[in-house]
This record gives sequence, C-alpha cells and structure tokens, in this order.
Amino acid sequence: MKQLFSFVSLSLAVTLLLSACTATTTQQSDVTQITDDERSLTVMTHDSFSVSEEVLQAFKEQSGIEVRFLKAGDTGTAVNKAILAKEKPLADVFYGVDNTFLSRALEEGIFEPYNSPILADISDSFIIDKELRALPVDFGDVCLNYDMEYFEENDLQPPTNLDDLLKPEYKDLLVVENPATSSPGLAFLLATIGHYGEDDYLDYWKGLVENDVLIVNDWEVAYYQEFSRAGGTHPIVVSYGSSPPFEVIYAELPIDEPPTAAVVSDGSCFRQIEFVGILKGTENRDLAETWIDFMLSPEFQEDIPLQMFVFPVNGNAELDETFERFLAIPEKPASVKPEDIAANRETWIQDWTEEVLR
Amino acid sequence: MDRGSTTLSDLSTNCRINYYIRRIPFKYLLWTIPLVFLVLFYFFPLGRILQVSFERGESGIASSIIEALRSESIRGILWFTIWQAALSTLLTLAIGLPGAFLFARYEFRGKTLLQALTAVPFVMPTVVVAAAFYALLGPNGWLNLGLMRIFGLSAAPIQLTNTIYAILLAHIFYNTTIILRMVGDFWSHLDPRLNQAARILGANRLGSFFKITLPLIGPAITAAALLVFIFDFTSFGVILILGGPRFATLEVEIFYQTTSLFNLPVAAVLSLLQLGCTLAMTIIYTRLSSRLTRPLKLRSRRFTQKKLTTWRSRIFAGIIIVTLFTLLIAPLIALGMRSFMRLEPERGQRVVESPGLTLDFYRQLSINRQSSLFYVPPTTAIGISLGYAALTVILALVIGLPAAWLLARDANSSLSKFLDPVLMLPLGTSAVTLGLGFIVALNRPPLDLRVSPILIPIAHTLVAFPFVVRSLSPAIRSIQPRLRQAASILGASPQDIIRFIDLPLVGRALLVAAAFAFTISLGEFGATALIARPEYPTIPLVIYRFISQPGATNYGQALALSTILMVITAGGLMIIERMRIADVGEF
Repeated sequence: MKQLFSFVSLSLAVTLLLSACTATTTQQSDVTQITDDERSLTVMTHDSFSVSEEVLQAFKEQSGIEVRFLKAGDTGTAVNKAILAKEKPLADVFYGVDNTFLSRALEEGIFEPYNSPILADISDSFIIDKELRALPVDFGDVCLNYDMEYFEENDLQPPTNLDDLLKPEYKDLLVVENPATSSPGLAFLLATIGHYGEDDYLDYWKGLVENDVLIVNDWEVAYYQEFSRAGGTHPIVVSYGSSPPFEVIYAELPIDEPPTAAVVSDGSCFRQIEFVGILKGTENRDLAETWIDFMLSPEFQEDIPLQMFVFPVNGNAELDETFERFLAIPEKPASVKPEDIAANRETWIQDWTEEVLR
Repeated sequence: MDRGSTTLSDLSTNCRINYYIRRIPFKYLLWTIPLVFLVLFYFFPLGRILQVSFERGESGIASSIIEALRSESIRGILWFTIWQAALSTLLTLAIGLPGAFLFARYEFRGKTLLQALTAVPFVMPTVVVAAAFYALLGPNGWLNLGLMRIFGLSAAPIQLTNTIYAILLAHIFYNTTIILRMVGDFWSHLDPRLNQAARILGANRLGSFFKITLPLIGPAITAAALLVFIFDFTSFGVILILGGPRFATLEVEIFYQTTSLFNLPVAAVLSLLQLGCTLAMTIIYTRLSSRLTRPLKLRSRRFTQKKLTTWRSRIFAGIIIVTLFTLLIAPLIALGMRSFMRLEPERGQRVVESPGLTLDFYRQLSINRQSSLFYVPPTTAIGISLGYAALTVILALVIGLPAAWLLARDANSSLSKFLDPVLMLPLGTSAVTLGLGFIVALNRPPLDLRVSPILIPIAHTLVAFPFVVRSLSPAIRSIQPRLRQAASILGASPQDIIRFIDLPLVGRALLVAAAFAFTISLGEFGATALIARPEYPTIPLVIYRFISQPGATNYGQALALSTILMVITAGGLMIIERMRIADVGEF
C-alpha cells in the first residue's frame, strides 16, 4: 500500500517538476534569443504546411533568422485562431489563408500591408488584395478526377466538362464532398456558381441529384473509399488538379503514367490561392518581410509542389519533371470574388443543402 | 453526577471540535486540487470564449438562446443528437453487459488479450476506422462480395454508406469497452454467494439476476452508461465521416458554425445547449446513483471467478466472444491485414483479387522521402504519444483521485452535491469551443500557454478526469463504513484511513482509471490537432498527415501506423492489467 501512496506522491512530484522544467526551458530560450544575436520569427500556419529541411536551412544561413512554426488546425480554424488572438498575436507571420477565407481575415484586420519587391514576378491575376495585406504564395485547382481504367474498360468517354455529368451514361458515377464540411467540396460548389451563375447553379445541382451524385463529408472518404481507384464504386471524384501527378509520385510500385486524370476545361475547376501576411502588432516586422520575400522567391517556390501539393505563383519558379509531364493546369478556372464568397457563403451552402441533401 | 455529565459533554464537544478542525481543512485542501485545475484550464477558458463570442453578436445571450431554440433546424439537430445517443447507448449496453458478465465471472485462456483488444477501438482515428468498416462492409467489401458470390447477386446487398446504421455500429465499436471495463470490474468483486443464497432460497437464474445482481451493480452500470451517452451525444468524427452529410449532431453543427461560418454567437449558444444537456443527464444520473448505491462486501476475484466447465457456460461464453469479436475486433483485423497488402491492383485487374503481401508501408514510414522539415520517424511519434499518455495518466489520477474520494466519502455535503455533476462538464464540452477558449484565455504570463506542448496532456486530462472519477467513486462508495469506523476508533486519522483502508480496496478501480486515461490520451485527436506543435506530433496526428494526401503509399502508411497504434495500445493495456496494486482481500 505504501507503494501506491509513494507512487501517487511521486507522480505529483514528477508533474510539478516537469511543468517547472518546461517553464525554465522557455525562459532559457527567451534569454538566449536576446543575448545571442540570432533573432527568431514565428510563422503561424495550417496543418498542410510543409517545407524541406534544406530550403529552411538555406534561409537560416542567408538571413541568420531562426524560424519557428505553429500549426493551428485546418485553414478555417487557423484563421479563426489568428483572429481571436489579434490583440496579442501568436506569431509574426500568418501563411495559408486562401481566397475562400481571405475576406474574413481582411475584414478582421489581422494583417499589415507589405509591398514585396518580388511581387513584380507574380502574375496580377493572383494578387487579389490590392492593398497588399495578403500576398499570394501558391495556388491549387479543385477539379474533377476520373479513373482512366474504368472508362477504358467500359468503353465510355471520360467527362470533359461540368455539363457532361448530367448525361445518363454518367449516372451514379460521381462522388462529391459536402461544401459545409470540406474545402474541396466548397471549391467545387464555387466552381458551379462561377460557371453557371448565382441564379442557375442550383438547377445544375438538381440535375446532378437526378443523376445520383453521391455526397460525402470529407475528401478522405471520397478519394480513399468511394473512388473506384481505391476500391469504391465511383469512377469520378472531386479532388485536386494535382492529384494525378501525385498518384505517380506516391505510387506503390513505380508507374509510368498516372492512373487518373483531371478535367481542366474552361470553367470546370475552381482555383484556391493561398496567401501570406504580416500579423498586425508584430515586433519583428523586418524579419517578417525577409521571410515573406523568401517565400515568394524561386528557391522556396520550387520546393512548394512536392511538400504541399500546390503550385508556385512566381513565374520564375520551375516545376519538377513529373509535373511538367502530368500536371494539367486549367487555363480558365471558374472564379468567384472573395468578398462575394464571404458575403454569401452561408446562403449558398444553405440553399445547396436544401436542394441536394433534403 | 452533575459534574460528571458536564465533563462528558465537554469531552464530546471537544472531540467534535477537534474532529472538525482535523477534518474540514483536509477536505477543502483536497478539493482545491481538482478545482484549481478545472477553474484554470476549463471554466476560465470556456467562460472567456463564451464572453468573446456573445460580444461579437448583436443580440444578448438570452435572446440568442431563445432564437436558437425557435429555429427549426437547430431543434431538429438537438432531437437527432439526443435520440441517436440514447439508441447508441442502449445498443452498447446490450452488447457490453453480457461481455462484462463474462469477464467478471469467468476465467479463461486469452482473457487478458481479449480484454485489451476490446479496448483498442477507443483509440483509433475515425478516418481509419471508416476505412476498416468499408473494407468489411462497403460495396466492394468482403462481406458484400461474399454475399454476392453465395447468392449470385449483381448488386451489393448491404448498403451502409451514409446511413444511421453506420453511426450506431461505430458507436458500439468505440464505446463498448467503457461498459466492459467499468461494469466488468465492479461486477467481478461482487460476492457470488449472494446469488447462491438466492438460488437456494428458490429464486431462478433470472430472478436472482434481476433481484440481486442488477440492483447491486446498478451504480457501475449507470456510471458507464452516462459516459457512453455523453460520448455519443458529443459525437463528431463518427457522424461526420461515417454518417455522411445528412446527419449532424450539435458538435458537428458547432464545428460548421465556428470554422466554416465564423458565426461565434450561434456556436456559443449551441455549446451552451450541449453543456446544458450534459448537465441535465449528469444530474439525473447523480440522483439515480445515490439511490442505487449501497455498501458492499467486495470479494477478491480469486473467489468470484470460475472456469468454463459446464457446456452451458461454454456455449454462453462462445456466443459472447463471437459477438464481441465480430463487432469490435474484426474491423481492427481487417485494418491490420490491409496494412500488409498491396493496395493497387496489377495492371488490367479491376479489384485486387489475390493481393500480394508487403512490408513496404512499414519500411516507408522510416523514410523522409521529401526531406520535409516536419517529418517524424514512427519511433519518435510513438515516444511522443506515450510521453503524453504517461503525463495524462499521472495528472488525471492526481486530480481525479481526491475528487472521487470526496464525492464518495462526503457524498451528502452540499459542496459534493453541487460539484458532482459539474465535474462531468468537460466531457460534454465542444472541443472546437474549448480550443478557441485556450487562445483567448491563456494569453498572459505566467499562463501564456497558448503554444506550449504542456497544453496537450492538460487537454487530455480534461477528458480523462471524468472517467477517473466515475471509475473510482462507485468502488470507494461500496467500501463498508464499518471498516473505516473501526479504523477510526482504533485511532487512525482520516489520512490513515485513506491510505490503509480506501486505497487498497480501490486498487483495481485505480488501474481501470489509469487504463482509461492512457487510452484517451493515445487516441485523442481533436484537441491535439488544435494545439499541437508540429515538432511533437502524436501517432493519430501523423496518421492524419498521411491520409490527407493522395497516393497509394501515403494511404498504406496511414494503415501501417494505425496498426502500430493498435499494437501499442493493446500492449500498454496488458501491462497496466498486470500491474496489480492490490486486489480486494489481498492485503
């Protein structure tokens, strides 16, 4: 019995000790930051952020800046946290707000404008916030993907645009994510709104429902369960334009060409652009500027695709060979303005829910 | 005569004063441990985020709540949340209670392993569980393919995707272990001679069960059922991933309102609604359990358990084991097997007919293919997960033990009556809401913990703590007061009584509590994802990183790491099971 009692008191001691330790280590690191000349920068971002070790090491050597990353959940959650912490920001820089959440971040005033010299290398079509509070870093297109083998075997033409999905031969072949819970789901809804217009998109969805579209809540369920590539029964899925090359890169056994393809005809994809901004109230504005310049430079930009499955906005950045060969980039994705998304998101999702799920 | 009586009453007054002086400070001192923790890390963040949320809305709190209750869609969500939770709980009880009986009354080979395996579902990430269910029951799943072959059907006979059945099945899968452990452990110490006496006096099997056993294990059943209900009531991943877009619980709606719409006032109202329901359920439970609880003479398991000697008992055990196996363990096996199989069909083959075996996914886990800064080798993730789990066990016991002891020993004081239901609230709180609460509350030194890794074991403890209290307090309550009175008369201080009477008697329950804290921490995803520092990811977080990327290798690695998580959980539980502090009657 004594054992148990000593176990409990030991546990208590360990807990106290541990919390004391963490407290001292943080203090120590604060001290080192001040005494050493090395300054550090905190970047807040979402779950999917990644960078390769060498690229970050290169930045550290060039600038002498230590970068610390905080991952704050999915994009929406990370933006919410940045907003709620704006009185006392958690970081100096926020990366990862996309055009579907951009207006929320701008209206809440979490960013300070920064006119980076490297913006000159970036196409104007990506620079959505003309006040330069949010600077574009990368983009990715949400497009229909299809299982090539299925269409070959069944002697069926793969779909080439959104209208095709209403044809009887594509009945019960499509799986789509719910725009209320999934980011590609919302992007696809926006593609239909951008393509058919605010007044007619619901008619299109009515047609999809009549053609037995399957709705699931998450990309994981759609892509890894319902999609026929993964053993499901639906050969058409809403995913990313980049998914086919990644099927090659992450294939189980080496393959020569992707087993899937993306539909990239005009107006059938929606482009998500991700932005970076300096958080208002930072005491490291100079470091934040250096970091953002680095993020927009070809060195970081070329690292983006393999780390994050999205693509550089800087025209000088070169793509890996696999992408050159297998990546289809839509020339004219459907577009909806961020302020319209912010103003109508709730109504659109609600109307969609009424039409499609009820 | 006169004089003598005065002295006596003086003496008794003195004693009473002495008694109070010794007792009260100790009691309040003990309460401060759980209360300080809860106030700092639960009530303060929750209060702050609710305050911030309502400040953002135009209308006040009261009108917001009335407005929400008037909304037909919110009423629909509330109603769905309640009935699916109630139905799930009943089904879980129906599966769990026979299992608890088997574990309580019989000793058989492989029991420890079976017990550990039934607890593994509790830690599995929903995305992966969905994949396992799909492998078994999906349109191209093993069961459907088998049925189609046997009956020559052209379409899959079982359609589970996006149905309420998928939700119910998943809730049973996840939560049966709560019943098995809490009820099973309590039941195993029930003296079988009570039933034998009833049988001799003419009661039949059923009669003795309903008149003797059921009333006596009532407190453990209600405690376990309450926890299962609250888990089902606040269900998130299961509803989202397995239930599909036509179903939403309050928790799912809170997530949607917060993340997608940033409609914090509505989210706050929904959070309050969820808390209110949790509180109401807990108050009902507290009433019920105080009526049910009575002191028991507990017996060591050596005397309560027998071997499966009769055919009748063997058939009974067989049916239960097969049921538990089918519902709880088969999906895990399907998952484990898939992690060793090639996922992609050979060229020109639609479905993988005869899959090749491979260890590739396990090998890939240790390779940082894109030399990502955030790559962690599986051993590191395992170490981090186990470290958080160990801290959670310690914290939850340190905080839960005093609370459970006070609730049981001091059950009739108004403080206990007030705090009893309050202690359950963290379980009924939306993870999304509380996560944002940490951001707006813990932002000043010395408590600027917003980005500190220590927040993770703290968040896990908030979930584990109610389990610890509920596992321990029925056991503490059942201690015969005579034992304690005897010790007291013999000069033992309250501290001594705890140390020499209470703790040995609840040793087993303590292990059950530790096992809960361990599994909760290993499997927790929601809060961990919100506050994790990328350098210290837990296993579920790494699994999620893999499965959110396209490509067969990523998917295979998610399955491989899930299998590792299963093995670690089962192993950890078997170790806890073997650590015998002291069983009843073994001191």
